Amino acid sequence: MTALSDAPAHAPQQDDPARVSRGRRFAWLGSVPFFLYTGIFLLLPTLLVVIGAFRDRNGNFSLAGINLVFSQQTLQIFWTTTYLSLITAAIGAVVGALASYALATSPEGSVLRRVYTALCSVLAQFGGVMLAFAFIALIGRNGTLSRLMRDVFETQIPGGFLSSVPGLVLVYCYFQIPLMVIVFLPALDGLRQQWREANESFGGGTWTYWTKIAGPLLAPSFFGSFLLLFANAFSAYATAAALISQQNIIVPMAIEGALRNENNPGMDSYAQALALGMIVVVAIVMIAYALLQKRTSRWLGA
Amino acid sequence: MKRSEKRARNQRIFRLIVLGLVLIFMLYPLYALFEFSIRFPLTGAYDWSSWTRLVDGSQSRLEPLRNGFVNSLVIALITVAIMLVLLIPTMVWVRLRVPRIKRWVEFICLLPLTIPAVVLVVGLAPVYRFIAIYVLDTNAIWLSFAYVILVLPFSYRALDAGLSAIDVKTLSETARSFGASWFTVLWRVILPNIRTAIASASFIAVAVVLGEFTIARLLNRETLQTGVFLVNQADPQVAAAVSLLVLIFGVVLLVGLGLLDRGGRRTSRPAVGDSASSTTTQLTNPASLTDSALTGPAPAASAKPSSLAQQKDLS
Repeated sequence: MTALSDAPAHAPQQDDPARVSRGRRFAWLGSVPFFLYTGIFLLLPTLLVVIGAFRDRNGNFSLAGINLVFSQQTLQIFWTTTYLSLITAAIGAVVGALASYALATSPEGSVLRRVYTALCSVLAQFGGVMLAFAFIALIGRNGTLSRLMRDVFETQIPGGFLSSVPGLVLVYCYFQIPLMVIVFLPALDGLRQQWREANESFGGGTWTYWTKIAGPLLAPSFFGSFLLLFANAFSAYATAAALISQQNIIVPMAIEGALRNENNPGMDSYAQALALGMIVVVAIVMIAYALLQKRTSRWLGA
Repeated sequence: MKRSEKRARNQRIFRLIVLGLVLIFMLYPLYALFEFSIRFPLTGAYDWSSWTRLVDGSQSRLEPLRNGFVNSLVIALITVAIMLVLLIPTMVWVRLRVPRIKRWVEFICLLPLTIPAVVLVVGLAPVYRFIAIYVLDTNAIWLSFAYVILVLPFSYRALDAGLSAIDVKTLSETARSFGASWFTVLWRVILPNIRTAIASASFIAVAVVLGEFTIARLLNRETLQTGVFLVNQADPQVAAAVSLLVLIFGVVLLVGLGLLDRGGRRTSRPAVGDSASSTTTQLTNPASLTDSALTGPAPAASAKPSSLAQQKDLS
């Protein structure tokens, strides 16, 4: 402003738009650190996985890793992981939805509800090593429940139960059910009491309310949560790693095995190819999830 | 009336049964964990020795646990620091100056939800090999770099909710028109207004870091979880005790978060699942911050009252 006397009178008008556009043009520079960081630690690793899946040790194009993924044994591992995830997601979704509904009928600020949701959010994250310990303490050889069953009902929980697929189903449910409560409760809270009243004033009963109003409204959210649970189980690694050793029955463990086995020629791109397979499966699930979310938010959104 | 009374009673019975059964399923393994930590496996006698072994410094086989615990605490601190420094300025800047890339920032922040940690670690292995050889070393604390990525989705949502609850544009323009620098705007106007969101973003980050196992294990770094994993082979009872402690810590952290939320929310909600605004999940609801937003511009306005002459181009 003090420079007005030496500059031509029209200078500020000329200068302003220029400065504005320059400011706009370079404004994105402020976001460079963020993109640089995520580029190095998120996008680059993902890219390395994708590229690595198609390369051999010397960096030449190769389909060896991909071919290994399509071998009988690996396909079996993928299939085991998939149905383990499907079963636990289904059980988690149904039981979790029932629990969410039970919670949603209790007053919003009540102690029961606050404690329950807090416990659920912790247990949903509790997966992993510690969860495995808890179940070993429960139904392991000398577990609390095992001893109870032995002493009172005189039945024996089979020794290898925890490292079998049915055992994993039980253990996975332990984090799937609380996760369902957390992700599904908001959808139930989005149901308005007035809708129920409207249904009743038109002569509808509980059955019509659930089949004609609440059911269709909740369906996208329910299946969306189911997909989230599926992806969650599909990516889980730590629990199984702590329960099972020396046996690659799920994909993440096969990846670990391949990573540790890097000096075995021909296995170079196997880990990357397995990882790529996981990305593909999870990406399909998450795209479906995003589409369902779009539908849900139309009615139950804020 | 009668119908709704009957329904209320039915709902109460349903609630009692379902929540009771689920609660038993959730608590029984935890009880088993506790019993395991105090029960001597061969004789069946109970004593607290595993808990005293835990605090007793002389047990060398518990070394991995101690190292891992210290590492995890340092990693948690670094992770929270990087996360806040990376996210807050970027999110504020993008909101104010380049709103068209907001969707990209959001997309990238939520991306780690869709990429399993075990997949990420396959690609991270070469990156970390490079870092270990050319830039830093193999110290476990550099895991923070990868953990920032893992906490991005949760922290982003928490911070985004906090920033959405205040009028960032008006606040910062007011402050700027009083001559505040960008740094002052960020430090004295934005940050005080999103305190609760920052706290919840940080709490969640700490919880995630303390629970992370996959990346640490596959990159062969020593953290709390890998320490527990190792100690389980030498002393399962201590491993059980530590597991319980970490779990209790997690509950305390989240209950603290809940209290923080309630502190920010002055008005009490009407009963029954009728609220419109609770679409945010438990992890991401830093409540309403509107009341603290009202007090926002005050410190900035008094920050540099005499610098009106240096007023800069706002647009």
